[in-house]
Amino acid sequence: MTSLATPVSIQGDRPRRLWRNRLFTLAMLLCMLVAFGTLAVLLVDTLITGWPAISSQLLTGLPSTVPAEAGARPAILATLYLGLVVLLFSVPIGVMTAIYLEEYANRERWWNRAIEVNIQNLAAVPAIVYGILGLAFIVRGIGVGRVVLAGGLILTLVVLPTVVVSSREAIRSVPDSIRQGAFALGATKWQVVWRQVLPASIPGIATGSILALSRAVGETAPLIMVGAITYVAFNPTLFGPYTALPVQIYNWTKQPDTDFQTLAAAGAIVLLVIVLSMNAVAIFLRNRYRKQW
Amino acid sequence: MTTADVTAPRPATTILPRKRIRWGEQVVYGALFVAAAISVLTTVGIVLSLVLPALDFFREVSPVDFFTGTTWAPLFLDARFGVLPLVVGTLMISFYSALVAFPLGVGVAIYLSEYAAPRATAFLKPILEILAAIPTVVLGYFALTFVTPFLRNQLGVQVEIFNALAASLVLGVMLIPTIATLSEDAMAAVPRDLRDGGYALGADKLQVSMKIVVPAAVSGIIAAFVLGFSRAVGETMIVLIAAGQLAQITFDPRETIETITAFIGATGNGDVPTGSIEYKTIFAVGLTLFVMTLVMNLISIRLVRKYREVYE
Repeated sequence: MTSLATPVSIQGDRPRRLWRNRLFTLAMLLCMLVAFGTLAVLLVDTLITGWPAISSQLLTGLPSTVPAEAGARPAILATLYLGLVVLLFSVPIGVMTAIYLEEYANRERWWNRAIEVNIQNLAAVPAIVYGILGLAFIVRGIGVGRVVLAGGLILTLVVLPTVVVSSREAIRSVPDSIRQGAFALGATKWQVVWRQVLPASIPGIATGSILALSRAVGETAPLIMVGAITYVAFNPTLFGPYTALPVQIYNWTKQPDTDFQTLAAAGAIVLLVIVLSMNAVAIFLRNRYRKQW
Repeated sequence: MTTADVTAPRPATTILPRKRIRWGEQVVYGALFVAAAISVLTTVGIVLSLVLPALDFFREVSPVDFFTGTTWAPLFLDARFGVLPLVVGTLMISFYSALVAFPLGVGVAIYLSEYAAPRATAFLKPILEILAAIPTVVLGYFALTFVTPFLRNQLGVQVEIFNALAASLVLGVMLIPTIATLSEDAMAAVPRDLRDGGYALGADKLQVSMKIVVPAAVSGIIAAFVLGFSRAVGETMIVLIAAGQLAQITFDPRETIETITAFIGATGNGDVPTGSIEYKTIFAVGLTLFVMTLVMNLISIRLVRKYREVYE
């Protein structure tokens, strides 16, 4: 926000006032410290606990009931497949929805306002409710089964509102003069959107999509519901049974054996590396291509 | 992630009227509308998938017993379907996590909005985003294997192995980015004139922050609280891993409890046969959860709209 020049008080710097301000600043710094300190402790603790179990066995091995032989290759692969499905579905649908709402929808119409409120609400619907939707429709109702594609589609629905909201922001930040200029040259509505608005908003859309994808990759609860089953000792396929990395971590966490707890921490390290590097890319993109109109 | 102003109207672009219908343009419009309609279909799907099995459930269990019963034991031979222990467990976890997240989140928001230099903000906000990006399964693991032992051994709090306290604390920290980002959005929308007016009257930074900016942004801050509470109610993995699965009515955070989401997560993992009463229980409980969060979300959306109308 705007930083204001320190005002000169006509009352002078009375000690009480000075101390109250110092205390308040201290309290706020404490708030920051709790948030960031917890984050630091979490990262360090996970790293220390999980480091001994980080090995090629973990990355390339198959699950096992013996902790020393257990690996997470099927889970890691399935998580990558899930990410791919989410990317393929959520970005086109999300961006198209954003274009519709920003460029085409007439806000006077009640159904367009309903779509807007609906998306805002969907963004805050608990992820596990999407899991119930998946359980009822995809897995049992339509009978696709407990396969990677079904899990990916459910995760797509979970993060779709995020993609829509960030894409809308990106599209909205393109100034109207660009559109007016293109219209003045005789472009049709779609030509304006496709050749002017979309290219200008790609960095924002990419940032939002990567953040949404990283959220999907770390999501556990809906996958439990749509049957990312516990024990998969083979490489997953798009239409086959699977277990995802977060679900694998959850299953290891549930085991009473402390060696499995170590494995859970090691799995958490792998997951954190995937998720946080995606976030880093997103933050980099945003800073690199921040456009000042 | 900022959920900035996507609702405020933008001046409409005007096109000169034309006679010929461009079919390509119509097809594009149709495709875009279908994409937007998917979100509506999702909501319809959620409601249908919850309500239909829930109605089935209420044919076997009376709604009165369900909503007023104080014993939750759906998987026992002598099954009891009183949902109150789950609701109380959920609200207790949410309440204690709110005690952590609300003051800390607003503190962070005031600092970022009013105090921090632009360079500090550019450094601090990404860290906040990283905190928001930690997968909840990792947070749950952290609550179970670090926070609970820490409470027991270092602080001497007599907590159960699975306890509401550790889950609430971690959940509270998880909510800080949500509360902070939304509150800061609201504070950023407060016009600079109001602050300058305060300074002109001789107020100091603390007075301007607490007596001008916070009151002016209060509807946005409350919206952040409501949304944060809704998140807490709907959070699954942290409570499933760290708070346990013992449905009981208690307000002591040191005890093992069960939340609505934890029950769904623990029961819905595939072993329950389709059509059984246990299976339908998931949907009745899920409907309860959906309605609780829906009400809070709509209140929050309304409040955000309100402060945008005032200042933007």
